[in-house]
Amino acid sequence: MREDPVVVFENVSKIYKMGEVSIPALNNVSLKIPNRRFSMVLGPSGSGKTTLLNMIGCLDQPTNGKIEVCGERVAEISDDRISEFRARNIGFIFQNFNLIPVLSAFENVEYPLTLLGMGASERRERGMSILESVGLSDHSRHRPNQLSGGQKQRVAIARALVKGPGLVLADEPTANLDSKTGASIIDLMYKIQEQYGATFVFSTHDPQLISHAQDVFSIRDGELIEHRSEGR
Amino acid sequence: MNTLKIAARNILRNVRRSSMTILAIAVGTMSMLIFGEFVAQVFVALETQNVTRSGHISVFSSGYFNYGSGNPAAYGIHDYRSVLGLIAEDPVLKPLINVVTPTINLFGIAGNFDAEASKTFFGLGVIPADFNRMHLWDEHQLKLAAFYGIEPLNERDETHGQIGVGLGRILGLCGPLKIPGCTKQQGGDQMIQTPSGQSKRDFSALEEKSDRPTSKPQRGVAPRLDLLAATAASAPNVVNFYVDKAVSQGVKEYDDSLVIMNFSLAQQLLYGRGERQAVGIVLQLHRTEDIPVARARLEQLIKEKGLDLETRELTELQPFYKQAVGMFAAIFSFISAVMAVIVLFTIVNTMSMSVMERTHEIGTLRAMGVKKRGITAQFVLEGALLGLIGATLGLIVGSAVAHIVNHAGLTWQPPGQAVPTPLKVLTHGVSHLMFGIWIGLGVLSTIAAWVPAHRAARMKIVDALGHV
Repeated sequence: MREDPVVVFENVSKIYKMGEVSIPALNNVSLKIPNRRFSMVLGPSGSGKTTLLNMIGCLDQPTNGKIEVCGERVAEISDDRISEFRARNIGFIFQNFNLIPVLSAFENVEYPLTLLGMGASERRERGMSILESVGLSDHSRHRPNQLSGGQKQRVAIARALVKGPGLVLADEPTANLDSKTGASIIDLMYKIQEQYGATFVFSTHDPQLISHAQDVFSIRDGELIEHRSEGR
Repeated sequence: MNTLKIAARNILRNVRRSSMTILAIAVGTMSMLIFGEFVAQVFVALETQNVTRSGHISVFSSGYFNYGSGNPAAYGIHDYRSVLGLIAEDPVLKPLINVVTPTINLFGIAGNFDAEASKTFFGLGVIPADFNRMHLWDEHQLKLAAFYGIEPLNERDETHGQIGVGLGRILGLCGPLKIPGCTKQQGGDQMIQTPSGQSKRDFSALEEKSDRPTSKPQRGVAPRLDLLAATAASAPNVVNFYVDKAVSQGVKEYDDSLVIMNFSLAQQLLYGRGERQAVGIVLQLHRTEDIPVARARLEQLIKEKGLDLETRELTELQPFYKQAVGMFAAIFSFISAVMAVIVLFTIVNTMSMSVMERTHEIGTLRAMGVKKRGITAQFVLEGALLGLIGATLGLIVGSAVAHIVNHAGLTWQPPGQAVPTPLKVLTHGVSHLMFGIWIGLGVLSTIAAWVPAHRAARMKIVDALGHV
């Protein structure tokens, strides 16, 4: 039985206003991102990949169209409710890792759980467990400035997955890593995706990462030009 | 938990900037505290000086306060003993009162005819035992009486009393009264000791003979003055007055004209053989804060008994006290406002830089699901913490500086004062001032931090994440 898509776009447009000038970033995009899959958004710089990912992650509102994420019509709810929605359902992995510099690796991983109001012992258990999964249980007390790029991205992956989100968004997660580290991060994400059953959506230029894609959405000049789906 | 932890760690993250901010707030706090304590000391010193001298509340015949000082004999309280009894025995007033005593205020001429010197004087007729008790009043433990060397009034001989140091100098009594810093004047300090109590050049012939037996004063070495005043019947009257000591009242106008004499002697001078009255009845309370209650009760009593009396309190009797308090309060408010503006801008500047540097972090937190108010709370808490740490440090250092100032033995001469007074700051009973400054700066820092915090919270997430 085929599962419902985790993200549905219906005729979504996004136009940025720069003074008197209107810049269309997305133009009438409709797509469905399947659940529990490794999906990629591909396209050249300025094609609208990041805008699309921002829309999927409920970080920005569309100018027109309807967006449904994890079964919720996200364009129609208040800022507070959308924040709660993100806290519960969406994990982010950023190109620059974006760890909180004053928190240790464990505290960074634990942070999303505090937003869900989880108790300290459960946070501890889940945080340490996922740090172990990414191979960083020995570095739990280290601050981000004491970690390498690859280790930071592992912590970021652990932080994105610790709450068991329905959707994980990664904006060029290997762009700031050397190829060897990038490959290990891709393997890790692939393994964890299988282990946790989360839906991963990437934007990337990295051929290594593209080779792992199960669904590829190609985008150019703000328009979806191709959706390619492959079996695993 | 996380918000506080992150706030504390972010303060430590940029140690130099946080230190400078905390230091600026601490210096501001210290200035406010020390000046506030100095102002508080001025307030209580003025209060103590005035309360020991003229009590908290005075009762006069109606009209005396506005019209009667030029003719005190006409505005006497006739049956002052029964009024005294009424006040002293009242169940409401009794626990509030330290001293209740009759007084006479009069003007006249004091002459030292052996030195061929005379001077108009302001005479204060008091009951020595009450006067001495009033001078022991020290609600704020300032020990001013010890600093000024105030000596008790002679309780044994009604012809003895004290005068202001300035009057002593003017009347050529530098030597006998051992007035410090007083050089001998031409024609002065002659023939001071008169064992017979008589002088060949005086106006004692004008003395209105009293029916009372004349006391035999201890006239060993005390210099004598002749005090001349007009009686109630407008006749000139003279009494002999022996000066035990010249005392400083702190204010030159007082020092140059004050004669503190026994109440009986003042009555004799002012009323002669007429009815002995009191010009006023002075109430000194245990605590200044009881003035409103005591005055209300007094007025109720006066009304109930149908007495033709009026009441006046400290600030009316000593307008300079009220003016000085107002002036220092205004200066303190001005300094506080300047410090508040400095703290405000310091916090706004620090937090604005922090927001700018942490734009990515703000975007990340918002993306993870932190609400706008969570971001606001984060930065407001950091600003408030900076303010409170600075204020706490300022209070600690300020208290240490205050302690040093109080033990440095410094003096200063306030406006209108004839002699230097100890330069001290009030360190006890100022917890409300310290708490007020601490809370005030905490609130101010919170408000100051709110502006950049609100700006941080309103950032678009995508702009914050894309910030370079």
